Amino acid sequence: MTETRLAISGLMKAFGALTVTQDVSLTLETGEIHALIGPNGAGKSTLIGQIAGFITPDAGRIEIAGRDMTEARPAARARAGLGRTFQVSQLAEPLSARRNVMLALQGAQGRTYRFWGAVTQDSELRDAADAALARTGVADRAGVAVSDLSHGERRRVELACALALGPKLLLLDEPLAGLGPEGSAEMVALLDTLRTEVPLLLVEHDMDAVFRLADRISVLVSGAIIASGDADTVRADPRVRDAYLGDGDA
Amino acid sequence: MPDLSRETLVNAVLLLLLPAAALTALALGETFYINLVSRIAIVALAGVGLNLALGAGGLVSFGHAAFFGVGGYAAGIAAHHAFDMSLFLGLLPGTVWMPVIWMTALLSAALLALGIGAISLRTRGVYFIMITLAFAQMTYYFAISLTPYGGEDGLPIYLRNQMPGMNTNDPIQFFALVFGVLLLTLWAMSRVTGSRFGAALDMARLNDVRLASSGISPFPVRLTAFVISAMVTALAGALFADLNGFVGPSMLSWHRSGEIMVIVILGGVGRLFGPVAGAILFILLEVLLGGWTDFWQFWLGLVLLGAVLFARGGLLGLLAGRARHD
Repeated sequence: MTETRLAISGLMKAFGALTVTQDVSLTLETGEIHALIGPNGAGKSTLIGQIAGFITPDAGRIEIAGRDMTEARPAARARAGLGRTFQVSQLAEPLSARRNVMLALQGAQGRTYRFWGAVTQDSELRDAADAALARTGVADRAGVAVSDLSHGERRRVELACALALGPKLLLLDEPLAGLGPEGSAEMVALLDTLRTEVPLLLVEHDMDAVFRLADRISVLVSGAIIASGDADTVRADPRVRDAYLGDGDA
Repeated sequence: MPDLSRETLVNAVLLLLLPAAALTALALGETFYINLVSRIAIVALAGVGLNLALGAGGLVSFGHAAFFGVGGYAAGIAAHHAFDMSLFLGLLPGTVWMPVIWMTALLSAALLALGIGAISLRTRGVYFIMITLAFAQMTYYFAISLTPYGGEDGLPIYLRNQMPGMNTNDPIQFFALVFGVLLLTLWAMSRVTGSRFGAALDMARLNDVRLASSGISPFPVRLTAFVISAMVTALAGALFADLNGFVGPSMLSWHRSGEIMVIVILGGVGRLFGPVAGAILFILLEVLLGGWTDFWQFWLGLVLLGAVLFARGGLLGLLAGRARHD
């Protein structure tokens, strides 16, 4: 039995005369990786912004793990089970990787308004943070300030933050961007292992990775989803070839 | 961790400097200088309050004089009613007991900060600075129009309010009281900034997108910090009114907000002992330069300019090195 972790229906967003999200509906089920692809300017970032709660849609509905979250703030969505990574890593640079992950754990536990106990001496938080960092392969960098980490390591720390939430779904915004061939391959392998634990909504430019990982692919062009299905269906769709992939590619 | 122990050493020296100066003044029989050291401790306390919002939370409040003044008026109004045995708003009797006055100051400031913060914290950057300034100016003009409590002329406190078991009119005992309050507050503040709440507040300053993505709403975290910050500054205001035996609208003027901010910046933004270092430096400059020229604020301005341009970590940054994270 699969379970729907994300259900978007009839989502609309316009900035002035420019429609950037046009009647978008999509779902994410447990056990799957659903990739969202589209050329630059297709409205992927705006769609992600609406899912995460940083942009308010004009119409439509967003359900996270069965709860209506259309109006909810980003923090409430995170508590409801939405873990995410960003196109450009969003971490506190002066703090260590571990401290960044510890904060996510603290948020997940919902125990932030504690004014007395020293957070650095909370071994429970520390151990759980180190475990999350170990899962994404950066356990040895736990005590290093994020400003001293490489681009690839930051991606992994951010993924550890998202996993530390104990998420019901993950929203990954171009997790492979800027990683280089070797780093990409490692990240693809890592994401592949997550599939059974938590469903992924993957926004990615790297077509090879998308076709290797995704169970379903949705293609966004000019704010609308023009095709959706498994890799072969999408590859064969003439509109997709036309709008996005181009002749001879893929 | 050599830097850490160096900061601890600097902090200890800063703290010992105050009672050492007060006791020296006592030995020399110089009451003026005992009161000067008390003033340093009180102004430092006001800075410790602002530092939670400004340093830890990154909230540049240009309106903390409002809370400083509310604390001062709590002390002044309580003493006024106690002196002529009248009732506040026809309901409450006055008091000369500091613990009661402090509770009143803390509560009033908390309520005011809740209101001001709920509105101001919806803005960022320069708008936040301006809106907190605007609110402080409103309380300033409110104090001026407060004719039952002296209006523009302010309110004298004929006899310093009292603390059980102490003679607060004795300058050295009053200093001991003020210094004790400063110590306790510094200790409590170090606990709060190191707590889970402190971690969330840090993240609200460093990256609020990360904070929200961790399931913690930035707004209530900032509001809570703003309220605690205001309460500490109000406590300093109550002590300041008792030190001077007077409270007036000048305690709420924007100059005062600026002064508290300058103290935090001179000492080192976000450093626990920054405001202590800043207050010592500020008041020494005021006394030394003020004795030399009427235009001492011009020279203070140059020092501040130097601090901002060349010593971003303030005095504590110079003495103890950069702030550390783990």
